[in-house]
Amino acid sequence: MDGWTTLTKTRLETRLALAAGAALAVALLAIPLFGDYVIWLTANMLILALFAVGFNLLFSFTGLLSFGQAAYFAIGGYVCAKILLAVPSLLLGIVGGLLAAGVAALIIGFLCVRHTEIYFAMLTLAFGMMVHSIIWKWRSVTGGDDGLVGVPRAPLEIPGVLSVDMADLDRYYYFVLVLVSLGIYAIWRVVRSPLGLTLQSIRDSESRVTFSGLSVRKYRLIAFTIAGLASGLAGALMVPLGRSASPAIANWTFSAEPVIATLLGGAFTFAGPIVGAFLFYIIKEIVVIFTGYWMMTLGIIVVALVLGFRGGVVSVVQRHLLPLLARRRNDTGERR
Amino acid sequence: MTFDALVYQGLIGVSLAMYLWLLAAGLTIAFGVLGVVNFAHGSLYMLGGYFAFTYYLTLEINFWLSLLLAALSGAAIGSIMERFFLRYIYHLDLAYQILLTFGFVLIFADAARIFWGGIPLIPPMPEVFDSTVRIVGRPFPVYNLFVIFVGIAASALLWLLLDKTSWGETVRASASDREMAGALGVNIPRLFTVVFSFAAMLAAFSGALGTPVRAMTPGIGTSVIIDVFIVTVIGGLGNLPGAFVGALIIGLMKAYGVLLFPDADLFMTYLIMALVLLFRPKGLLGGR
Repeated sequence: MDGWTTLTKTRLETRLALAAGAALAVALLAIPLFGDYVIWLTANMLILALFAVGFNLLFSFTGLLSFGQAAYFAIGGYVCAKILLAVPSLLLGIVGGLLAAGVAALIIGFLCVRHTEIYFAMLTLAFGMMVHSIIWKWRSVTGGDDGLVGVPRAPLEIPGVLSVDMADLDRYYYFVLVLVSLGIYAIWRVVRSPLGLTLQSIRDSESRVTFSGLSVRKYRLIAFTIAGLASGLAGALMVPLGRSASPAIANWTFSAEPVIATLLGGAFTFAGPIVGAFLFYIIKEIVVIFTGYWMMTLGIIVVALVLGFRGGVVSVVQRHLLPLLARRRNDTGERR
Repeated sequence: MTFDALVYQGLIGVSLAMYLWLLAAGLTIAFGVLGVVNFAHGSLYMLGGYFAFTYYLTLEINFWLSLLLAALSGAAIGSIMERFFLRYIYHLDLAYQILLTFGFVLIFADAARIFWGGIPLIPPMPEVFDSTVRIVGRPFPVYNLFVIFVGIAASALLWLLLDKTSWGETVRASASDREMAGALGVNIPRLFTVVFSFAAMLAAFSGALGTPVRAMTPGIGTSVIIDVFIVTVIGGLGNLPGAFVGALIIGLMKAYGVLLFPDADLFMTYLIMALVLLFRPKGLLGGR
């Protein structure tokens, strides 16, 4: 492939990404027109998207497979729930959940980044299940297997600046939309920054990065903490949406959701987990119309993805759809 | 804790350890030879339990034969998993192997719900075992003694199979150097299918052995697999004697933990797993 086509292809790619982004933005802003169920569903999609983008920073851009991301999601969610049950301030709950998850990820990450590959995956799993067992057993604080219920969706208040009531689902939806967008944008900036490039070079060749005098562990820890913050924010946003926190969000099977979303949309791309998160819920909605066996269908999809479509949706678009479009543009160009 | 409670719970712990040991042995052999981390190993345990339930209670087959048939059914499912699915992903990243086997966790859980429903199932105890013996002045269920006996017998058989037969030699050779074994004429793809279905058989047998005393639910696969991971990590991934020690530690931990620190027993097992990974990643019996 010569340089010129590569150039047009990337330009086309950028334009297409911009167009898709704009269309998505309009669609997301218009969602509240479709009623409470669609709002609730889309909010869940957005939260999973943020959760998965955070996971993907670790997986695709740092080369670490974490199987314990549910722990930070749950810490974010439970801390947010406890704050909201005590003080009716949405901002305080969200910020509290975010920070708690970040601190937990910093401490646990410090221990986990000593290993890579299967040992890293097993360590994150062990710490994740530790958090799950605490939530499961510490009944007086966490409600045990009942979880925390009746969490108020408190108003968004900054004294003297603004006060927005959040009882209406569409208002809370816009709040989720803004925070998820900010979170994903922040991770996008990280991926594009020198820090992001360092992470990717660690993924590609750990020893070369070590030779150039950088502390591999330190950068891995930074990535782990950012991923933990994203999970925590996602968890904190989830709790006021359903007005409850359940221990299921701390179990290891929940850690698999961002993994599946990432694979569905496409690993090793930035947009993959976002596309995957939306597809995850869309497929679920379609499947439950026809069968009560959503888990089996999801399992079959996962097996098929691994065996046949490892690149996910985004890479199919990049590899097959874009060259097609680029060729057509070249043809018209020649005719002129 | 009094002396009789100490002995009693100790025996309970050892019988718990035997289920874990059979499971962990399968996971360890599959990991050692194929290099695959099978998240569906716990689900094969669950299927083994359900199969035994159906053979024994619904089809009214003799208890011993039910155990055997359940184990063989697990082996059949394992061979299908390896031959038609796992075989195509050995060259891929660890993440894809984990995901593929996780796909099977989901499929098996719903399949169990379709065929056996969501209610926990426990068949009645076979009459031979429906009694107790007095140990240190307390009635101890005969079935738990039977489980301990089966576990030890299985260890002996496993050791004979892997250490004293030529098949075992082939398996060990392939575990230590797959390419060299292949170059020396070992049919590696076929060996992989056989080893994986053997591992699946051990899991299914463990589940079948547990049916009269441990309730089967469609969700049990996801909780059992975590216990098995803890056991194999403590022993060192791919280390068979280590897995036995790991199973004993976790079995005893669970039995005594219920009495000593009922609120922290789960936490403690995960803590041991994390500590071993941090300080002895190759396991308690492995080198540094």
